[in-house]
Amino acid sequence: MEQVIQLEKVNKWFDDFHVLKDIDLTVTKGQKIVVCGPSGSGKSTMIRCINRLEAHQKGQIVVHGTELTNDLKNIDMIRKNVGMVFQQFNLFPHLSVIDNITLAPIWVKKLPKKEAENIAMTYLEKVKIPEQAQKYPGQLSGGQQQRVAIARSLAMNPDIMLFDEPTSALDPEMIKEVLDVMIQLAEEGMTMLVVTHEMGFAKTVADQMIFMDEGRIVEQATPDEFFNNPKSDRTKLFLSQILNH
Amino acid sequence: MTPNTSPYLSPNKMLNWSKKNLFSSWVNTIMTVIALIFLYEVGTFFLNWAIFKADFINNFRGETITDRTFCSKNIEVGQHGACWAIIFVRFHQFMYGFYPVEEAWRVNLVYAFLPFALIGVLFDKLPLRRVFLYFTFAFPFIAYFMLYGGPGLSVVATNKWGGLLVTLFLGVTGIALAFPLSILLALGRRSNMPIVKSICVVFIEFIRGVPLITLLFTANVMLPLFLPEGVKPDNLLRALVAVTLFQSAYMAEAIRGGLQAIPKGQIEAAQSLGLNYWQTTRKIILPQALKIAIPPIVNTCIGLFKDTSLVLIIGLFDLLGIGRAALSDITWTKLYYEVYVFVSLIFFIFCFGMSRYSLYLEKKLKTDNS
Repeated sequence: MEQVIQLEKVNKWFDDFHVLKDIDLTVTKGQKIVVCGPSGSGKSTMIRCINRLEAHQKGQIVVHGTELTNDLKNIDMIRKNVGMVFQQFNLFPHLSVIDNITLAPIWVKKLPKKEAENIAMTYLEKVKIPEQAQKYPGQLSGGQQQRVAIARSLAMNPDIMLFDEPTSALDPEMIKEVLDVMIQLAEEGMTMLVVTHEMGFAKTVADQMIFMDEGRIVEQATPDEFFNNPKSDRTKLFLSQILNH
Repeated sequence: MTPNTSPYLSPNKMLNWSKKNLFSSWVNTIMTVIALIFLYEVGTFFLNWAIFKADFINNFRGETITDRTFCSKNIEVGQHGACWAIIFVRFHQFMYGFYPVEEAWRVNLVYAFLPFALIGVLFDKLPLRRVFLYFTFAFPFIAYFMLYGGPGLSVVATNKWGGLLVTLFLGVTGIALAFPLSILLALGRRSNMPIVKSICVVFIEFIRGVPLITLLFTANVMLPLFLPEGVKPDNLLRALVAVTLFQSAYMAEAIRGGLQAIPKGQIEAAQSLGLNYWQTTRKIILPQALKIAIPPIVNTCIGLFKDTSLVLIIGLFDLLGIGRAALSDITWTKLYYEVYVFVSLIFFIFCFGMSRYSLYLEKKLKTDNS
């Protein structure tokens, strides 16, 4: 299998706080990996290192054969191919939905406006809200905003998608509409790295589960193994806490 | 207020509204009556003074007013209102300063076209906006040529400029030049590059720590030291440099306030889409930051427009300076109220206009339902 992301002995500190400790991870093309763990375990930081929203200080991160360093050219190239969806959606409030989506295709990929708009509409249909194209993010519900955010990422035609707790800021009744879009995306073969506590989603979609605690990958296994036969006590405790209520 | 709660819809609604808001209790009723009496007294007093009992060109005997002794109020003391003749007689000075009378049409032309230069910048939904924007960029050159002169037009040195011309020139040019500078300063102050950052911080803090008068003096005395021997920039240009630097520092702080209000997630989202620093700044950060900063930016603009009066101390005669000059003329002296009311009115028109425009802009840029 083609390896698209490799992390090797990645370490990161926020001042004195050692948030990532010797992280090793390999992601192959088309793989869906769900990352879970208690807050402060470094799971968000880890995926934010993959598109260099955070810089790691030790170790090596290679995406599509390009190593992430301070070289801005490499960073820009990797970001073009790696989409990211945030917990807080981070739509641009001063731009309409369609302008949110066409912005990067027009300015980064230099596509003509018309073509970018066609692409945007395709993805808006995919996330099932083409009728909201002319509205502003502030006029949409949280679930709709997050779907726009997914469409915005997809419009750059990335081959890897990073999801940083995409449903944590949503009201319960809106979680499903977002997860449905993500499941559909997974079925289409997208390479996905998802930080989430939606264990139902994880069981449906994930090829690999990763459990992180205190900056380390404590356990990595298939969902079957992970949920039915976790190895470490820490994972067992965590699972019992999030599954039994 | 939504339209259907407006008190102006019908007499009936108006009555209800006033009952609810003006006469809800007897304390409220007394306050309302006192306020109305006060407004009536002040209003009638002012209108009588300014219009009904005032002299414009002729006094109450029908004689043309040529100096202060002809003013009705100086003939029958206590019986008459304002003597606006001073404004009419000196109107040229108020508008153009000491600009040659026969060349005043040049200034008028610039005044007439100034709105056309601004309109494209101020209103983005304007039909043919592109054409207006071309004109906006050409306007400074046209205006300079018209005002100063050049091939085909006689030169009018800037020491002859004055009155509203100087006020508008310093106000409009100062704000227009300071705006881009202030954006760069605000961005620079938040830059990761230590040298750029410290230059911006030192510049902003230095300018903000010094009164405009000091800057004007400094520009007047020190600017020539930085220029090659023999080049003598004129007073107006020196004042413009001082005013621009002053304004840019204040505006930069207003903009920085806006920049700080942008959530980090906005920048991260832009970065994760592959936008580089300048694209992120131009497309994502500045539009939002400037929108947030509209009130303080307009605040500094209004402040600057009024502060241009300070150029009096380096020998330039702005609108207020011309007014004071008129008062020191022995034939017109002591007509303080007329001069200051007139000067205030003109300042007010421009400042109020800026203030209303900022409200319009805030409303227009609102994109959520709140």
